[in-house]
Amino acid sequence: MEIISVIFLVIGGLFYLLGGLGVLRMPDTFNRIQAGTKATTLGAFALLLGVLFYSISAGFTSEWIFKTLLIIVFIAISNPIGSSALAKATYRAHGAPDNVVQDDLKQLMGGTEDVN
Amino acid sequence: MMEIAEYIVFSLVGLGMLFAIIRFIKGPSVADRVVSLDTFNIITIGLIALLAMVFKNSLFLDIAIIYAVLAFMETITFSRYVEGNHGNH
Repeated sequence: MEIISVIFLVIGGLFYLLGGLGVLRMPDTFNRIQAGTKATTLGAFALLLGVLFYSISAGFTSEWIFKTLLIIVFIAISNPIGSSALAKATYRAHGAPDNVVQDDLKQLMGGTEDVN
Repeated sequence: MMEIAEYIVFSLVGLGMLFAIIRFIKGPSVADRVVSLDTFNIITIGLIALLAMVFKNSLFLDIAIIYAVLAFMETITFSRYVEGNHGNH
């Protein structure tokens, strides 16, 4: 059980590193939202599962299982909502990036002349 | 085995936080800074859970839950701020 915990912890740390690297290296804001949210969501899942398996293998009380599962469920709900709101706000404030080929959201949002 | 894994995982998580902080300092617009702050918050939640595992104290997990709630509210509020006055039409 400890081997599974170590594997999950290393996967979580690796995806956290990749999320930070994507936020640093990606060219524009929407790519940064994509990299910084999806990779860190998977990293948080894996790392919290690693903590859960370690608590099982070390024989801690059962509240560790409930609390880690509660954090996983809350991150699974809140993180996509936050990134979606952030992407929509960025689109409304700055518009689409310059190298975009087809912009379907412009018609979908109604007032086309308001979005620059 | 576990100590070596803790060193490796803490190094990776710290490098991720460092990259997010560098983007927070460099970021050309406000939206980039909010994105890097969001990434930083999610990494911090995992780091607090790691501290709970290292110190063998489950109260750190309560702190992680509260931090997750506050980080979500922070992201929503800052995205409302980034959106500005464009939403009210």
